[in-house]
Amino acid sequence: MDKPFAITLDPGSSLANKTGSWRTMRPVYVDRLPPCNAQCPAGEDIQGWLYHAESGDYETAWRQLVRDNPFPAIMGRVCYHTCESVCNRGKLDEPVGINSVERFLGDEAITRGWRFEPPAADSGKRVLVVGAGPSGMSAAYHLRRLGHRVTVYEAGPLMGGMMRFGIPQYRLPRDVLDAEMQRIVDLGAEVRLNSKVKRIEEMMAEFDAAFLAVGAHIGKRAFIPAKDGSRILDAVSVLRSMEGEEKPMLGRRVVVYGGGNTAIDVARTARRLGATEAIIVYRRTREKMPAHDFEVEEALQEGVMVKWLSTIKQQGADGDAGALTIEKMELDEKGFPQPTGEFETLEADSLVLALGQDVDLSLLDGVPGLELKDGVVQVDPATMMAGRAGLFAGGDMVPAERNVTVAVGHGKKAARHIDAWLRGTRYAPPPKHELASFERLNTWYYSDAPKTMRPQLDLARRTGSFDEVQGGLTEDNALFEARRCLSCGNCFECDNCYGVCPDNAVIKLGPGQRFQFNYDYCKGCGICVAECPCGAIEMVAEEV
Amino acid sequence: MNASIKFYQTGTFTVGNRLLSPEQRSVQASLERSNAINSGHRACQGCGEALGARYAVDAAMRAVNGQLIAANATGCLEVFSTPYPETSWQLPWIHSLFGNAAAVGTGIAAALKVKGRQDVRVIAQGGDGGTTDIGFGCLSGMFERNDDVLYLCYDNEAYMNTGVQRSSATPHAARTNTTMPVGPEPGAPFGQGKKLPLIAMAHEIPYVATATVADLHDLENKVERAMSMHGARYLHVLVPCPLGWGADSADTIKLARLARETGIFPVLEAERGEVTAVSKIRRRIPVEEYLRLQKRFAHLFGKPGHPEMVAAIQAEADRNICRFKLLDKTEAV
Repeated sequence: MDKPFAITLDPGSSLANKTGSWRTMRPVYVDRLPPCNAQCPAGEDIQGWLYHAESGDYETAWRQLVRDNPFPAIMGRVCYHTCESVCNRGKLDEPVGINSVERFLGDEAITRGWRFEPPAADSGKRVLVVGAGPSGMSAAYHLRRLGHRVTVYEAGPLMGGMMRFGIPQYRLPRDVLDAEMQRIVDLGAEVRLNSKVKRIEEMMAEFDAAFLAVGAHIGKRAFIPAKDGSRILDAVSVLRSMEGEEKPMLGRRVVVYGGGNTAIDVARTARRLGATEAIIVYRRTREKMPAHDFEVEEALQEGVMVKWLSTIKQQGADGDAGALTIEKMELDEKGFPQPTGEFETLEADSLVLALGQDVDLSLLDGVPGLELKDGVVQVDPATMMAGRAGLFAGGDMVPAERNVTVAVGHGKKAARHIDAWLRGTRYAPPPKHELASFERLNTWYYSDAPKTMRPQLDLARRTGSFDEVQGGLTEDNALFEARRCLSCGNCFECDNCYGVCPDNAVIKLGPGQRFQFNYDYCKGCGICVAECPCGAIEMVAEEV
Repeated sequence: MNASIKFYQTGTFTVGNRLLSPEQRSVQASLERSNAINSGHRACQGCGEALGARYAVDAAMRAVNGQLIAANATGCLEVFSTPYPETSWQLPWIHSLFGNAAAVGTGIAAALKVKGRQDVRVIAQGGDGGTTDIGFGCLSGMFERNDDVLYLCYDNEAYMNTGVQRSSATPHAARTNTTMPVGPEPGAPFGQGKKLPLIAMAHEIPYVATATVADLHDLENKVERAMSMHGARYLHVLVPCPLGWGADSADTIKLARLARETGIFPVLEAERGEVTAVSKIRRRIPVEEYLRLQKRFAHLFGKPGHPEMVAAIQAEADRNICRFKLLDKTEAV
């Protein structure tokens, strides 16, 4: 008789009573789309890679990340991380420092020498990529992983495109840039430097498809009446010459005209080159400035000055070559700046124009079927294909917001469609899950914790050198930061459903396997849905 | 009792967590939990008592390596778990009468003593009716004799099994079938109340504690602590009842959480008559948020409603907060 202590009879078990028949609603496990993932222009599975980082498995996290974006160390420095502004945790305390964890993972990969998994079997197809910037190299990476042979033509002497010639070193150290570029070369992408493509149509015969990703390297000009000998430069040229042997000569008083991130970059660069005064002249107010506010703030901390509501009317008034005539502006009711007729004079050794950039589209001459509008190529937004079959484009060349992350996203998207096109199919993106909104979370279960701030270099040290301004996270606080993720809409195996079911109707499948409902006994009370921290269960009506 | 939390996603608020070390996870997170009350029981959807009893008995089973006998009072817990010829219990379980669970527990403990079985431990359990009213004399006797039994009271604040009649644990102003929401003072009268945990403490027995189904780690810790001691011990668990409270079946745990966060149900621990620990309120909220989720209080909020009664209930909660120091010192009371 093998019975527990004091048991002599076999009782009938209540398992005979299938209480599942009481149910009118049933709980179902779902995955919802976290807002960070929905927001990411590069389509990263942020919640997915944070999940691995949370358990300290940084290599798996990195591998999950680079499935979508091969540049975590670069992203962790230059991405404007709009993911963080939509992070649900922001409604609790502060958003998860996604960008800083990404950077930590990227830096770990460089330190530890992690390499990409080898590409898929050779497809025998050849793809031309024009431009070794973020978009081109992202496309090269994804195409290479899909098994295609990739040749990248780069007009400049080094890889990186605008990341090298447009982003100052204090925001993106060049060894980081080089390391992440080289990793793609190591994957087997052929990169030809100093090789400008003059006529794309002539090259198309050699390749099965092409992806164009030429950056906006031409600074826009504004008509400012000026005397001979006055010193007017454009911002892109100034930033580009920072990469060469001869640093630009800007003088002690530098005036930058414009209000975008490039204007800020140039002003901060001027300070680092020794300018005692770097003055930004912008025609509207700080609230209206297109530059990101954190960069404005850092620039102001470094001593950059800004003349708000001002335009430059003339250079070299009254025979003084360095004198700029400034007109004060005021905002009208619609928020547009209007001239006031009030003038003042500003002395400057040089004037740098940061009024936007254009793309050199001359390589497209003679391509049939293309549509050019507002200085960019029109592409099918679903596939990134331009009017000519087999010709795709992305990054600064196409109508979109211009930043590194968007460009990287274009590269990935185009690569998928190029791959499908080469195989004679169409790439159909998987259906998107429903958004994991804040209202679906049960935030009781999350403890409160402050965001770890990236240590900033001392102001004095920062303005005097091109050292990186933002410091990185240590392993301790990277882990801390990753663990602040709420895992919105995706089960993270907290065991709540398993624990709170009054009917033991949740089956735990073991680590990594999540859970299953036992509908024989589930009465459909809905406690599991109410108490799921991350909103990964929903109630659906039973068919009657 | 609480290991330091090196984890910030959910801390130890959740049942388990892949990032916590196994000893920091709850018994309920384990695949090896004993599931003392098996599936197929006939409790209503979202039953707080079925949940509370499984939490407590599973924790006790782990604490004593499964060598446990339970005596059970009449009530929902007994009726829904053992309709002849089925039982949901996966441990030796004895039901006798409504009012004598404590005495049956005493008898089992005495028998084990005679047999020299020191390894087998005893619990007695019942609802608030079987504990605070009908079984009160036996329970007080068990305390006074300091018999080696842990008594578990699952308090759902009325006689739910027989169709929701008022017990001495029914809160003021609540509607039951014997305290209808009519007349100038609708619902259960504002009497003196009968706070059994405090009465148990007055016996100066080794251990008295309160808990709710909303804080699993706390409940399990208290059961484990109780099972590490001998003599008479008492654990009073608040278990919301969707049927009797007129609440959504999905809100069972939420209601228990709100009862604690409003101060209506103070969660504390006491040894030998002295309070040794209280669970602090994490996010204080007014009692109205708790009351509005329950139809048994609906008459307080209709037109014209009874704002003076809501204020009186708030005053009771505030008194608990003050009396048991339920807020951190940094927060104003």
